[in-house]
Amino acid sequence: KAPDPTVPQTKAKPRLLLMGQRRSGKSSISSVVFHKLPPSETLFLESTARIQKDSLNSFMEFQVWDFPGQIDIFDNPNFTFDMDAIFGEIGALIWVIDAQDDYLEAVARLNTTILHLQRGYPHINIEVFIHKVDGLSDDYRLDIQRDVTIRIQDELSDQGLENAPVNFHLTSIYNHSIFEAFSKVIQKLIPRLGQLEAMLTNLCRTCRFEKAYLFDVNTKIYIATDSTPEDMASYEICSDYVDVIIDFTEVYGSWPRSQQWRDRLEGEPWSQPLDDQVACEWAESGMVLAEARRPIMLREVDRFLALVAIMKEGSYEKMPQINMNVDVVVKGLTEFFEITKNKDVVAAP
Amino acid sequence: QLKKVKKQKVLLMGKSGSGKSSMRSIIFSNYLARDTRRLGATIDIDLSHVKFLGNLTLNLWDCGGQEAFMENYLSQQRAHVFSNVGVLIYVFDIESRDVERDLATYVNIISALVQYSREAKVFVLIHKMDLIQPTTREETFERRAAVVRRKTAEAVGIMHKQKPEQLQPPPPVDIDLQLFATSIWDQSLYKAWASIIHDLVPNLSIIETQLTSLGIAIDADEILLFERTSFLVVSKWTSREGERNPYGDRFERMSNILKSWKHTCSKYTGTPRNAEQFSDFEYKMGATFSMFATKFTTNTYILVCMPPGEARFNSAKLNVAAARPWFKFLDGPVVPPAGQ
Ligand SMILES: Nc1nc2c(ncn2[C@@H]2O[C@H](COP(=O)(O)OP(=O)(O)OP(=O)(O)O)[C@@H](O)[C@H]2O)c(=O)[nH]1
Ligand SMILES: Nc1nc2c(ncn2[C@@H]2O[C@H](COP(=O)(O)OP(=O)(O)O)[C@@H](O)[C@H]2O)c(=O)[nH]1
Ligand SMILES: [Mg+2]
Repeated sequence: KAPDPTVPQTKAKPRLLLMGQRRSGKSSISSVVFHKLPPSETLFLESTARIQKDSLNSFMEFQVWDFPGQIDIFDNPNFTFDMDAIFGEIGALIWVIDAQDDYLEAVARLNTTILHLQRGYPHINIEVFIHKVDGLSDDYRLDIQRDVTIRIQDELSDQGLENAPVNFHLTSIYNHSIFEAFSKVIQKLIPRLGQLEAMLTNLCRTCRFEKAYLFDVNTKIYIATDSTPEDMASYEICSDYVDVIIDFTEVYGSWPRSQQWRDRLEGEPWSQPLDDQVACEWAESGMVLAEARRPIMLREVDRFLALVAIMKEGSYEKMPQINMNVDVVVKGLTEFFEITKNKDVVAAP
Repeated sequence: QLKKVKKQKVLLMGKSGSGKSSMRSIIFSNYLARDTRRLGATIDIDLSHVKFLGNLTLNLWDCGGQEAFMENYLSQQRAHVFSNVGVLIYVFDIESRDVERDLATYVNIISALVQYSREAKVFVLIHKMDLIQPTTREETFERRAAVVRRKTAEAVGIMHKQKPEQLQPPPPVDIDLQLFATSIWDQSLYKAWASIIHDLVPNLSIIETQLTSLGIAIDADEILLFERTSFLVVSKWTSREGERNPYGDRFERMSNILKSWKHTCSKYTGTPRNAEQFSDFEYKMGATFSMFATKFTTNTYILVCMPPGEARFNSAKLNVAAARPWFKFLDGPVVPPAGQ
């Protein structure tokens, strides 16, 4: 029997759908965030002709579908889309609006889309990316955001849909805003997020950290942080720190050493396998900022995740003790994700 | 034998808008690539003295490239501009509409250089490569480089034909020319400038010898020594195993990474970009490798890449700290301690 589309499918991988007008920046976004394309090279991207489906194997498997801008899936005389196949699974619709362009048509199409979705698939989060805001003044950005929000909310309330899950983000591929926005979008799809946040909040308290983030290393999306207030500056420095580590890892850690090298290092006077000569099997790193000698630390949790934290002034001397506490939390996080992986991803009931 | 403070006259030339002031600001004044959009055209010659380590001063002549200025350099100011030049850096904008004219100007500049500073080294940077499709970059560069090489040889040839008798000493048969593809948007800029700087650093052989001793003593796989402000690689040492590293661009890549990290820190702490931003860095990647970077002498940072292992790591850190005095001469024209 056919599944009821209004109930999200439980076996599936969460799905992020990227939609919006042509040239609004959808392909650029997915290339920059998920394929590490340098933002300047998006100038060379070709227009997308068909739905581009990406599967991402990370701490949680999810899919990103990039839609060609010229196709309106709700109003297409040539072809009927299988709506259930597109929207039937838990996930989010990311609607990209080019803020440097005339956006009235984009907003109108978004409105129709929301109405369709609210009828058939109300569980889908609608995330509006007001995009390409680099080069626009702060005031102007806020003006656009206000204007777009009002246009959408008015339409929704005319239709009696005040509670539709619509969120707004100001984004650009030229800075961290696009990663921050994706972080917010993805966090809503993580089961038992509150428990993760509590673990980080606890860690901050016991180690006197200022701020801690759990990063998906490949995308630099943060999937959880502690309960202290949002802070773009901390996210930026932690995210750049992940970048530094990724670069060093690629250059010095991604090619095999010779057997000779290994034999020498495992022989006299050490006489121990390399694995036993190290304290930690995963990546661990720290750096001291010159100003106030404030340290930043990074610890890998598994192949995909890393914990990054900014510490308080002068805590560098207490590193050994801090490392012990971090060990405990890392163990907890590993267990958390093992449990999550074994169960199917289910939205909170 | 230790050499005293060296001053080097470095000419930075090329058509207006080709990117000369941009690269200078990024390498020596900690600008971000995007900040260069704010730079105005350089009027006449912008002279700056860049201190590099303790014993090298670069007299950087950033020569505004508008046509009227260029003509003036070649005529009235000819002797003034082209005498005593150590290095000429000539910048071509790859997107320029009028390649023939650019090349004609270049030939005139080379002639003037050969006339007044026959020993000068020439670095030609084919710039703004980011504007070329990634897949055709190499080919585009090679094609342009071949033209520049040919034109350079022609310029020297013309000097021989036209006025060899007037010139004392006679012009060189060939000139020392190196070409680079560059963009302010990636690490290529650091590769070019590290090569430019490399031959100018005094006492390079002493630095290299000391690095080698240090590398062997601490069992490192690679050591890089960076100048503290520009983060250009001053010198490097690599072990036999380290030579197997397939990333041939890693040195400029490290400069780029650390320099942009410095910007991140400065943005976060609100301290000036030129200020020292970080002191100690450690990274241990399980049983694969370890590395650390630290403030070394007053003018340098050192980055050490090592085999994994706690004991090895800790002793390497102590030994690097102990080796600081061997490198004191980097901070000024003083003789290193005897026995080193
Ligand atoms: N795309 C791109 N733009 C660049 C690059 N380098 C510089 N630019 C831009 O080119 C413009 C001109 O750069 P300048 O450095 O002022 O040029 P200049 O050679 O000093 O010009 P004059 O002082 O008039 O001789 C600036 O807007 C820079 O941002 C590059 O590698 N790629
Ligand atoms: N200034 C700016 N341009 C962007 C941004 N994101 C994308 N673009 C540019 O917008 C153009 C269209 O992007 P593309 O991803 O092909 O759009 P799509 O048709 O929606 O997939 C490209 O030239 C991008 O370089 C941004 O954040 N800021
Ligand atoms: Mg200039």
